[in-house]
Amino acid sequence: MFKKELFFWITISSGVVILAFILIPLVEMMTAPSMDMLVKTFNDKDVMRSIWLSIYTAGLAALISFIFGTPFAYLLARTDFTGKRLVESIIDLPIVIPHPVVGIAILSVAGKNHWIGQIMSELGIRIMGSVTGIVTVLVFVGLPFYVNAAKNGFESISPRLENVSRSLGASIFGTFFRVTFPLAWRSMLIGIIMCSARAISEFGAVVIVAYHPMIAPVMLYERFEGYGLRYSQPVAMWLVSICLILFLALRVLTLRSKKDI
Amino acid sequence: MIRIQDVNIKLGQFHLRDIELVIKEHEFFILMGPTGAGKTVLLEAIAGLIPVTSGTIALGGRNVTRLPPEKRNVGIVYQDFCLFPHLTVEENITFGVKYHPIDREKARSRFDRLVELLDLSHLLRRLPINLSGGENQRVALARSLMVAPQVLLLDEPLSALDPRFREEIRHGLKELHRNSNITFLMVTHDFAEALSLADRAAVMNDGQIWQTGTVNEIFEKPRSTFVADFVGMKNLFPSSFCDTRACIEGLEIELERQPANSKGYIAIRPEDIVLSRKQLVSSMRNVFTGIIKRITDMGLYYEVAVEINNITFTSIITKRSLFELNLREGLTVNLAFKTTAVHDF
Repeated sequence: MFKKELFFWITISSGVVILAFILIPLVEMMTAPSMDMLVKTFNDKDVMRSIWLSIYTAGLAALISFIFGTPFAYLLARTDFTGKRLVESIIDLPIVIPHPVVGIAILSVAGKNHWIGQIMSELGIRIMGSVTGIVTVLVFVGLPFYVNAAKNGFESISPRLENVSRSLGASIFGTFFRVTFPLAWRSMLIGIIMCSARAISEFGAVVIVAYHPMIAPVMLYERFEGYGLRYSQPVAMWLVSICLILFLALRVLTLRSKKDI
Repeated sequence: MIRIQDVNIKLGQFHLRDIELVIKEHEFFILMGPTGAGKTVLLEAIAGLIPVTSGTIALGGRNVTRLPPEKRNVGIVYQDFCLFPHLTVEENITFGVKYHPIDREKARSRFDRLVELLDLSHLLRRLPINLSGGENQRVALARSLMVAPQVLLLDEPLSALDPRFREEIRHGLKELHRNSNITFLMVTHDFAEALSLADRAAVMNDGQIWQTGTVNEIFEKPRSTFVADFVGMKNLFPSSFCDTRACIEGLEIELERQPANSKGYIAIRPEDIVLSRKQLVSSMRNVFTGIIKRITDMGLYYEVAVEINNITFTSIITKRSLFELNLREGLTVNLAFKTTAVHDF
């Protein structure tokens, strides 16, 4: 133990500084709006619609990540191949790319000048200024979080458990649903939470692809630009509260079932 | 019956080469070898968990080389048990039943028999995490036997256990083998396990099988220095043969019969060498006098190194005889062994 030494006090004080740095602005923002303002904002249809759109598109993005990301995460966890590192770095790319660039990149393939854009327009799919566009962008930025969490979950399960299951007569599918999934679902759920949390917070990429329909961060930005800080605070307050409640509910569900294993 | 013909497996840097092995119906066969010899790879190839690069694997006359593991009817039990942690003991044991055409009655009676045989009745509702090592391994055995495999593969099933449980599981294995018509193929790096369990065995090293035969044959008549060393023949010397004698460093050792070659190795087990202070009166034809170089405490016994003409012989004696003979380093002693104790190859 390094108790009472200088080093100990350095670690403690840096911890206090970091916590204060995170908490003071958040608490200030949450407590600044008056009750009256909060109620007014809650009854503002535009605000509630944008928050609902945010949650709905982020959830959809997480669902799509789950459907496509799960088999791929399993592949990455179970196999070794040349170029695996490269593939893993590609998965992480959306994390490091500046957000507006993501929006620009998506638009460049969705436009009329690109064959993908042409196919989509023939199918009647519109990216620019549509819910489809928002979801597309959110999947792009959220996918790495899901794939990585699910991959870690799969990696933590011994392949020997799957071997035993196969030797007992279960097919690959049977093994996945009876052994792998029950052991990995918690990691997958954490992946879904992280993916949707990331998606809900996206602003830069969405604002380029779809200013309307307005998701909550864009609405927040518009209120701030048009009316100032005081009018954007209640929106922020409601967005954060609703998200926190949702994520907390999910976490509680996972923690509760941790007891039985 | 397991018939492995000319099997090669390439696995990254590792290469399993020209494996030929025939294991008879209902045999208890042991695959021995040091860590990294490729024993587990071979086992998993038989189970269908690792694809073979070339060659064929047949089980009971059926070529299974290209079959997926679930179609092979081969059970596997790992060293670390590999019980499904989210299922109770009972759910673990019955995991495979739904994939096999067994009627309810029969499954029930088989389950009851295994639970009784392996003494698991008080554990059925528990989760694996709350079991001891020995209990875990008993559940793993029951689980694999529940689907009545043709072949049971055991990957060092005893090595993760405390000595107390090891004895218990070893006994259980013997019992299970006797009470079934399943072929057992067990991997171990422990020669003592092989001696107490197996009918026949094979020694592997570096991706190849070095010797196959009855356990006694391997124990007494190794055909290579590697196998001799592996089975504990500590006295291993290169020598030339003339008539019925082996010559090493001017020392002439009487053999039982004349070897086929003029050059080779002789090997003597340390427990076959007798030490004495006085001139030994016995029928042993190889008697030499040497100086004790080193006495090593091995816990249950002592290892005594005796030097004769620059050759060091190793003998094993009990603590009691060490004291009775009053042996010390530097002392001159007589060393004797029978001609039948000398193995040449």
